[in-house]
Amino acid sequence: MSDAGVIAKVPVLDVRGLTRRYLLGDVAIDALRGVDLALAEGEFVVLLGPSGSGKSTLLNIVGGLDAPDGGEVRYRGAPLDFDDARALTAYRRDHVGFVFQFYNLMPSLTARENVALVTDIAEDPMEPEEALALVGLGARLDHFPSQLSGGEQQRVAIARAVARRPDVLLCDEPTGALDCATGRVVLDVLARVNRELGSTTAVITHNAVIAGMADRVIRFVDGRVVGDARNEVPVPVSELRW
Amino acid sequence: MVSALGRKLGRDLWRLRAQVLTIALVVACGVASLFSMRSAYDSVRGERDRWYGSARFPEVFASVRRAPRSLASRIASLPGVSLAEARIVEEVTLDMPGMAEPVGAHAVSLPPGRRALLGEVFLREGRLPASGRSDEVLVHEAFARAWALRPGDALVAVLHGRRQRFRVSGVALAPEFVSVMQPGALVPDDRRYGVLWVPEDALAAAFQMEGAFNDVGVRLDRGAREAAVIAALDALLAPYGTTGAYGRSRHPSARMVDQKLTQLRGQATVTPMMFLGVAALLVNMVLARLLGLEREQIATLKALGYGDGAILRHYLAHALLTAVLGAALGVALGTVAGRGLVALYKDYFRFPALTFRPSAETLAYGVLASVGAAVAGAFGAVRAAVRVPPAEAMRPEPPPRFRPSWLERMGVHRMLPTVARMVLRELERRPGRAALSALGIAFAAAIIVAGRSSLDSLDVVLAVQFGRAQSDDVTVSFARPVAQRARFDVARLPGVLFAEPQRMAGVRLRHGVRVRDAAILGVPAGAVLRAVVDARSVRWEPPAEGLLLGRALGDRLGVRPGDTVTVEDVEGATAPREVAVAGLVDDLLGLNAYMRLDALDRLRGDGGRVTAVAVRLDPALAERFLARVKRLPGVASTSRRMAVIDFFRHETSRMSATLTLVLAAFAGIIAVGVVYNNARIALAVRSRELATLRVLGFTEAEVATVLFGEQAVVLALAIPVGLALGKGLAWMVFQGVDAELYRLPVVVSTATYGLAAGTVLAASVASAWVVRRRIGALDMVAVLKARD
Repeated sequence: MSDAGVIAKVPVLDVRGLTRRYLLGDVAIDALRGVDLALAEGEFVVLLGPSGSGKSTLLNIVGGLDAPDGGEVRYRGAPLDFDDARALTAYRRDHVGFVFQFYNLMPSLTARENVALVTDIAEDPMEPEEALALVGLGARLDHFPSQLSGGEQQRVAIARAVARRPDVLLCDEPTGALDCATGRVVLDVLARVNRELGSTTAVITHNAVIAGMADRVIRFVDGRVVGDARNEVPVPVSELRW
Repeated sequence: MVSALGRKLGRDLWRLRAQVLTIALVVACGVASLFSMRSAYDSVRGERDRWYGSARFPEVFASVRRAPRSLASRIASLPGVSLAEARIVEEVTLDMPGMAEPVGAHAVSLPPGRRALLGEVFLREGRLPASGRSDEVLVHEAFARAWALRPGDALVAVLHGRRQRFRVSGVALAPEFVSVMQPGALVPDDRRYGVLWVPEDALAAAFQMEGAFNDVGVRLDRGAREAAVIAALDALLAPYGTTGAYGRSRHPSARMVDQKLTQLRGQATVTPMMFLGVAALLVNMVLARLLGLEREQIATLKALGYGDGAILRHYLAHALLTAVLGAALGVALGTVAGRGLVALYKDYFRFPALTFRPSAETLAYGVLASVGAAVAGAFGAVRAAVRVPPAEAMRPEPPPRFRPSWLERMGVHRMLPTVARMVLRELERRPGRAALSALGIAFAAAIIVAGRSSLDSLDVVLAVQFGRAQSDDVTVSFARPVAQRARFDVARLPGVLFAEPQRMAGVRLRHGVRVRDAAILGVPAGAVLRAVVDARSVRWEPPAEGLLLGRALGDRLGVRPGDTVTVEDVEGATAPREVAVAGLVDDLLGLNAYMRLDALDRLRGDGGRVTAVAVRLDPALAERFLARVKRLPGVASTSRRMAVIDFFRHETSRMSATLTLVLAAFAGIIAVGVVYNNARIALAVRSRELATLRVLGFTEAEVATVLFGEQAVVLALAIPVGLALGKGLAWMVFQGVDAELYRLPVVVSTATYGLAAGTVLAASVASAWVVRRRIGALDMVAVLKARD
């Protein structure tokens, strides 16, 4: 993990007064009720909270997938323009890496090709092989998703997310569909990527155990940040149990 | 009270309305083509049979040079003959005001003081010539319309060289002139050729045929054998110079009608089948996708106690309602199209009362065919889905398995971008579906190619026949062979730069047991104005001795170059002669043989005769030339080559515009049906993949490439296949054309290919564009959260 003392003056992501309301039928749900948050360069942050607490909504908005109703998101000081679909696409393409609970790999492409999908359109990416080696899949390059286990598929998804050397790596329940042992392997990979590439990493989970490995833990309840604590001594991934 | 499943059905159909509509339109095209063509077929056929019967249209016909009236009663008493009508028919010319050249007409005698026993005329207007008035005539409706002739109008005819003034007493039709075409013409030209009924005494007096006849029609006893009557008639008429008796199948008008009916029946089968086949494919695709998305709902329904049958019926009802909607649209459209088709036939076929008369049977047939297609398309998909056990259906479908495509296994993959590999593998995973989609689109292109190729072929026939074979300005034909000096008579007329004689001789050719009646065209050695030319525009020179045979005639006689055929004079004037066949020419029209004029004269042994003179004219003097020809005795017709070409162009271009529009609409509907539904299905099935790409930073355009790449490949395969298929279909259609009338070369112009490819491409791009706009609406957040 990066040293908590080396926080850059301008945060990588700066969120101010973010609100988001969904209409579910006739019922309005306030997913975000005014969230302020700043993620610093190279931080490994865990966003912890029960389901429906708004953490995914936040991640989607800072990742440029969804637009807020109020408030502002700044990326390296510049506000994201949520009305400009092209600018959001470019933002995702150039700066953000996503990892999802259900991997979202292209079934028709091999591991290498799933990574190449991103490296084809990125500036100065890693080689797909290098990215897959980073997640420990150097030997499974030419396997299709249907030939890989869940953990392996998730690692391919991570390789795909990191191959473009993203400034921000956003992971939504990356271990949610995996058993404990496999989940640890995946988390270990995320920690390594954070360490070796210096990508600011945000991991969403409702699993409090995982919070132990983070530099910083932000707690969500009912669309609000209810806690923001720094882990002075992060727990090594190998010692996590759930 | 609508059941819950009924409500679901209604909502499903509403939700899928765009797809339901595109499929219903394809069904509608199928039903419309079936309903309109079958109804038109029934209408024409019904009217033909009705009229042939009520007017007592003869069943056997024969012509003679001249036979005594007394022979008529002997013909009537031949075994198998119930009635015989003997009459005089002659080719005459008319001097029509405002028309420089003489107009040809077929003059038929009207029996004095009685109605015709056979082939009675139908009076549309006016009355029969009054008894004792030999200056009154009936004119055929087609000619009367073309010239706006009404009862009471005057008409100047040249009968056997003598100008005679007639008054039109009535406008009529006859079953023997349903189709009125000048011999050798490609299309009917009602301004330049018509039919006239003249009182027998007037015609007989003009042609010195008093107490004689030269044409006879015969009606058979029930159960009599046509061939036996023909043989008996031939024997009886032999001494009088008969050209041979023949049945209705060789009657010029009856044959044209039958030809059209055969063609219509073929089209009424093939065209709907193509549309309904595509409709079945689309129903299958859309239902398979709907069922895929509703696996869990099906399982839930089963868990709730709904049986397989109820679920099967629920989904089949989707298809059936789509088909019924299509059939309703199709019947409405088909009624309009059928009326239009019958109206079109009215220009070519003159019946007393040809109306569009759809039958309940045809209606039922159309609805059944559409329902059949829908059920055929739906059944496989629905049954497979219903069979899945509920517990299994509750689980999501297993992830699709992929492997490197064969192109990549061959080592090409290094050159392919990642997105291209996705496209290829999708195609290879479902090769059957891709092939069927391609076939559907290919049909769209094929419909245009096959439909328009007949026009392209006629263009070639025109170019060969009136561009290469003939290069005269005017050809003057005589009613019967005349002495050679007629050539000089014509040559001396004002404006003639060059005159070339021709001789047409009716002969019966015999080779072993095979016999055919044909015409030998004699042209001078090195002829300039009328050459023997084959379908490829290659010029053939008839040999100094011997015959060239048209291939159609040669094939029917089983003759090869070097063989000898027996040439009999059908009029019996000269003895049969053996003549060598020098070659077979792929000519385009009729059953013909060709000889050098001098060789034909020697064969006939009559010192040389001509039947026509082709001339090249000084354009400035053309009008004067034609005015003089009008007064020349013995002239049967005058044909101006450019007028024929212009008229033909005018007729075909009129038809071509409508035909092209209809074909393009048909093709567009098929292409939209296939491409739109494919794209919507791909969008629905792959929305998760596509949204993921958007999340990964792919632009909408890049995602569109992934979505439409498959369609583009299918389209790229389909278009050339469709063009080839169209040419094949055209070939099949031409097989149905009576080869003794004409042999259409299967020709497809570049313009037709371009139109076919362009229409299909445009319809596909438009469909894709409509779906393309939905990429922007992909909900990235929603699809990523949910598992497949």
